[in-house]
Amino acid sequence: METFAALAHGMAVAVQPMNLLYALIGVFLGTAVGVLPGIGPALTVALLLPVTYKLDPGGSLIMFAGIYYGGMYGGSTTAILINTPGESASMATALEGNKMAKAGRGGPALATSAIGSFVAGTIATIGLAFLAPWLVDFAVRFGPEDYFALMCVAFVTVSATFGDSPIRGLTSLFIGLTLGLIGIDKLTGQARLAFGMPELLDGVEVTTLAVGLFAVGEALYVASRRHHAEEKIEPVRGSLWMTKQDWMRSWKPWLRGTMFGFPIGALPAGGAEIPTFLSYSTEKRLSKHPEEFGKGAIEGVAGPEAANNASAAGTLVPLLTLGLPTSATAAMMLAGFQQYGLNPGPLLFAERPDLVWGLIASLFIANVMLLILNLPLVGLWVRLLAIPQPWLYAGILVFATMGTIAAKPSVVELSMLAAFGVLGFLMRRFDFPIAPVVVGLILGPIAESQLRRALAISLGDPIVLLQSPMSATLLGIALIALVAPFVLKGLGRFRASED
Amino acid sequence: MTDGASSDLPQRPASRRIDPAGLVIAAALAVLAAVLVWDASRLSSTSMYGMGPEAMPVVVAVGLGILASANLIDALRGNLPPRESADPKPVLLILGGLALLIAIIGLGGGFILATSALFVTTSAAFGRRAILADLVIALVMTTLIYLAFDRLLTLSLPAGPLERLL
Repeated sequence: METFAALAHGMAVAVQPMNLLYALIGVFLGTAVGVLPGIGPALTVALLLPVTYKLDPGGSLIMFAGIYYGGMYGGSTTAILINTPGESASMATALEGNKMAKAGRGGPALATSAIGSFVAGTIATIGLAFLAPWLVDFAVRFGPEDYFALMCVAFVTVSATFGDSPIRGLTSLFIGLTLGLIGIDKLTGQARLAFGMPELLDGVEVTTLAVGLFAVGEALYVASRRHHAEEKIEPVRGSLWMTKQDWMRSWKPWLRGTMFGFPIGALPAGGAEIPTFLSYSTEKRLSKHPEEFGKGAIEGVAGPEAANNASAAGTLVPLLTLGLPTSATAAMMLAGFQQYGLNPGPLLFAERPDLVWGLIASLFIANVMLLILNLPLVGLWVRLLAIPQPWLYAGILVFATMGTIAAKPSVVELSMLAAFGVLGFLMRRFDFPIAPVVVGLILGPIAESQLRRALAISLGDPIVLLQSPMSATLLGIALIALVAPFVLKGLGRFRASED
Repeated sequence: MTDGASSDLPQRPASRRIDPAGLVIAAALAVLAAVLVWDASRLSSTSMYGMGPEAMPVVVAVGLGILASANLIDALRGNLPPRESADPKPVLLILGGLALLIAIIGLGGGFILATSALFVTTSAAFGRRAILADLVIALVMTTLIYLAFDRLLTLSLPAGPLERLL
């Protein structure tokens, strides 16, 4: 009942005209960047951080959440129409969706992904609203050692457990942790890794890092391999509407996709790739038309798209209740909270219920807006794909540098942006994941201060980390999650050699 | 040695070769770890209980050291993921554009000229040859951006000779 009251209060905040406008701008921008290849929701939030610095925090956060949800909707359009998924979470959608578009069934593919995203987004947001207060009750009892242990879990799962290579994922994480060390140590006031440069004393700006890695790095990478492949846009032919049979074949995958997406997103496991691929393989196994898979089966679009959106909502659970980002976009949203001096977590639910519940309620509104924006207006988004690549990337870089120029128009800051761009290019070229760097930069300093607080309370005795049952359990989980991919890889090799 | 490996595994001859790029990555991580330790050694530990400011850099340095050796092993085994050929020219062109942008901002040339330079070089890097047309597009677009963000949203973007005319 408490949740209903809180949600009703939040709805009253969310329907204020200004907040509705912010939500609309957010979903609009989010869909646009989701559709455009080369920019994802994390980059968009990063670009908007300096611009929104002076705006009202509640409205900006509603806008960021709209971008997050919108990016998920828009990404599927690109995946279906040009087989180059805007983000890895849309990879499963591209498998079947692009085949459907080639077979002239692009309309129903877009429709089932938009409606599926709506269904999943709405159910998962309800899940968020009910799970969040419960988790908050739980989290108020967390001590600093428990928070530290929780962050260790997030570090490991984001970088090692679910990537292609745990070594490369952990390398990315440690690059991020190193960048997080730069600047004045808050407890003792000593400068670390500043090399006598006053610009480095405040530390590395999250936005500079994210924009460099995502925008500049991506532009360099795409430019370097422009000679490889031409992208082909499939025109949307035939009716947009789904037939009765399409509906019959879609509704169960939507619900199953939600069931995969929300819990996996809500666990500090990060990433929407796992649930989307789980959903894809499940639908393939359960389908009455398994022969259609690989040739454009609608179940293969409906399930993964629902899983994708549900996991986006799921990611907001650890972000809002624990302050724990488990995806690059969630990390940027945390940076958005921090720019207003707000720290997501149990305290924020107690101190600023209007803000938190307004944000959650606005997600329902954003979902409705996105359904309207994506179904009848899909033709508009398709036209975005027709922007010539040179102008698209040139424009992206102009906006990317504008954010930094507006925040800190210094030669040092812009050089750092360019350097992070080169880093992002090299990481893409050598297949290192990008998100762990951003998570490491944002979460590293928080983890350090929690650990130091825990050790200060225990008078320097590290056993405090194992004395709290919560922290001991979490550290155990982190250890298992760290070791598991190596052990499983060993098993896989063993099996392969047996064959 | 390489002959023997390639005749054992004729289907994957490249996977056994040492990857020089991997060696560079491993060396860079090792250098980064050394820098962290060197920097941490200059810090004075002032806290009475628990960790001082030098503890965390050392922990990160140890992690980087381990990862450097893990990356080294990967490189020696040729375990790096396969990569397609890359064209260095457009990359250098975009980086040149960024250098130009930094120089123009640093010398007080203003937002419009700086971002226009970046726009034109990036567009050329992606294969456009109509540099004059792109320059006009860039100037118009960045002027509109400047007016929208500097005047309407009161964001302070650096002004140069062109901005002062507006």
